[in-house]
Amino acid sequence: MTIPAQQANDGPEALLTVEGLVKHFPITKGLLRRQVGAVQAVDGLTFDVRNGETLGVVGESGCGKSTMGRLITRLLEPTGGRVTFQGKDISHLGVAGMRPLRRDIQMIFQDPYSSLNPRHTVGTIVGAPFKLQGITPEGGVKKDVQRLLELVGLSPEHYNRYPHEFSGGQRQRIGIARALALNPKLVVADEPVSALDVSIQAQVVNLLDDLQDELGLTYVIIAHDLSVIRHVSDRIAVMYLGKLVELTDRTSLYTKPMHPYTKALLSAVPVPDPKRRTKRERILLKGDVPSPISPPSGCRFHTRCWKATEVCTTQEPPLVALEPGHQVACHHPENAPGGAGQAAVAG
Amino acid sequence: MTTDPALHPGEAPTAFLDVRDLRIHFPTDDGLVKSVDGLSFQLEKGRTLGIVGESGSGKSVTSLGIMGLHTVGQYGRGKARISGEIWLDGKELMTADPDEVRRLRGREMAMIFQDPLSAMHPYFTIGHQITEAYLVHNSGADKKTARKRAVELLDRVGIPQPDRRVDDYPHQFSGGMRQRAMIAMALVNNPELLIADEPTTALDVTVQAQILDLIRDLQKEFGSAVIVITHDLGVVAELADDILVMYGGRCVERGPAEKVFYEPQHPYTWGLLGSMPRIDREQTERLIPVKGSPPSLINVPSGCAFNPRCPYADLPAGGVTRTERPELRRVLGGSPAAAGGGGHWSACHLPQEERTRIWTEEIAPKL
Repeated sequence: MTIPAQQANDGPEALLTVEGLVKHFPITKGLLRRQVGAVQAVDGLTFDVRNGETLGVVGESGCGKSTMGRLITRLLEPTGGRVTFQGKDISHLGVAGMRPLRRDIQMIFQDPYSSLNPRHTVGTIVGAPFKLQGITPEGGVKKDVQRLLELVGLSPEHYNRYPHEFSGGQRQRIGIARALALNPKLVVADEPVSALDVSIQAQVVNLLDDLQDELGLTYVIIAHDLSVIRHVSDRIAVMYLGKLVELTDRTSLYTKPMHPYTKALLSAVPVPDPKRRTKRERILLKGDVPSPISPPSGCRFHTRCWKATEVCTTQEPPLVALEPGHQVACHHPENAPGGAGQAAVAG
Repeated sequence: MTTDPALHPGEAPTAFLDVRDLRIHFPTDDGLVKSVDGLSFQLEKGRTLGIVGESGSGKSVTSLGIMGLHTVGQYGRGKARISGEIWLDGKELMTADPDEVRRLRGREMAMIFQDPLSAMHPYFTIGHQITEAYLVHNSGADKKTARKRAVELLDRVGIPQPDRRVDDYPHQFSGGMRQRAMIAMALVNNPELLIADEPTTALDVTVQAQILDLIRDLQKEFGSAVIVITHDLGVVAELADDILVMYGGRCVERGPAEKVFYEPQHPYTWGLLGSMPRIDREQTERLIPVKGSPPSLINVPSGCAFNPRCPYADLPAGGVTRTERPELRRVLGGSPAAAGGGGHWSACHLPQEERTRIWTEEIAPKL
């Protein structure tokens, strides 16, 4: 959390670059598995992740944020577009091709119960990356695993214990230790604290913070909780139905959101302040998120947007920088400089 | 009066809902799980009580206990040992005839569950399930009236085209609509007590906002007493008039929402407030987490359950021993009991002046 928020795109400091990323999951039917449609989980994402920053990705369920996380870690192969890590195109690398890169890109999962093998000891789990990569750290695997356990706030004596002996927060720490084993550059955390209780959640958030300072990590943190995202991120990407609708630094996003969806999302979060309950202006969105199998035409948000006009139903708004470092995909942005919408530009 | 009003056993209460010294224990192979261990509170009609706590603090067990949904027995798996008193509108439920409680359940008291998909029967239409709840309690009514009532309620909770959607199955509804349908089901008999157990936890933020608004509007309209159980301090701040903070099966603090948020008197409440990332302000400070993890309910620490995690446990506590359990005591100096609110109470050994000082000088400036 040390990198200044405003920097030119695609500068030399971009650790990971994503261009036009697409992932469609085919829907098949019948004996011949004929494709009858596709879930357009991720549909054209372009952004970069800069060295040392924390990029927060928010959105509601089904917006494709987890799929995005799995694409940039290459747990999934993109249908289209390009993922470039440190200048190298990794979009279609095979298992073997990805292996050396796995040291640099690691993932922390949401559910600390299902992401640890219950039959393995903590030592085996945290030591697995060394074994897979054929690396013997200085002083041996055991010593290094114990160092990692201490790093994440567990005790080295936990080496021979099994996951079931730990609480949810401690398990999440084990998952973090495993992700850090090989000194990665990029850590993608998919809902790292959403399964944890509030008091434990704060412990893990602080731990992620400390580790970033200590090890110079770059984070992509995916979460649905806008309060957590505000706390941890330098820049934030808001997703809706497989698209990026807004991408900017933390302060601008929370103080002057430009996309109506972002605005509605922020206004919907319950604020822990009983005095504000009556004073708040809340934008209530109608209905639910449409299905990603047949997303709405034009702007995907137009079916729920109170500002939607004719142009929104036909033309898809591109993601453009309306202010330096503040990218928005909307025909009628809020808080726009000079009140100029994009409709004029696009038309 | 500085101790818990709990209680003059057997005496009829003045409050609409009066829970007295409720204990719900489950015998297991590993020992007795004391999920709820001496909980008392009152609730008046027209008010909303928010019960906050982390997983395992006993909040859901409490709600099921009030509804009389535990299988009671001295021995055996899953059997609960329950003691205490639950007075609803002048009737004592714990000693009441089970048939009488069954008549009340769904009619005078109803519940909204966290996960509408598992709380509804996948085999029957939404309409069937709502009319069933109506017909059970209105023996004179015919199916036609019941159906009309179901459509009316679906319309009230904001389901579009209710006369058509009433024949849909739960899987044909989205998560938010299912939660609306469940609220409709709970409201079909105009209950006077509505318990909502994590009503929005499974929902997205934008849908959560819709449901919170709906619950608030419905309460105004029906004037029932509402208990909202949640782990989310944001949700209680939105809905609750009074807040009860649970830890290790007991109430550690209880009072009007503004008191609990702005002048909290228990170190655990401070911990919750400090742990919470804020959406409404720029935070440069680190979060202040509570160290350690929640206690096992089999071996609840003797004395204060929060003792092992409490940063102030070493401060002198006015001649009380560490193993003594702190009782709920009225916070002095505050306004006297507001109507139905029952005043501000906290269970901590630290002298009140010391707690006020810690909160105003050490905690509040960092939040």
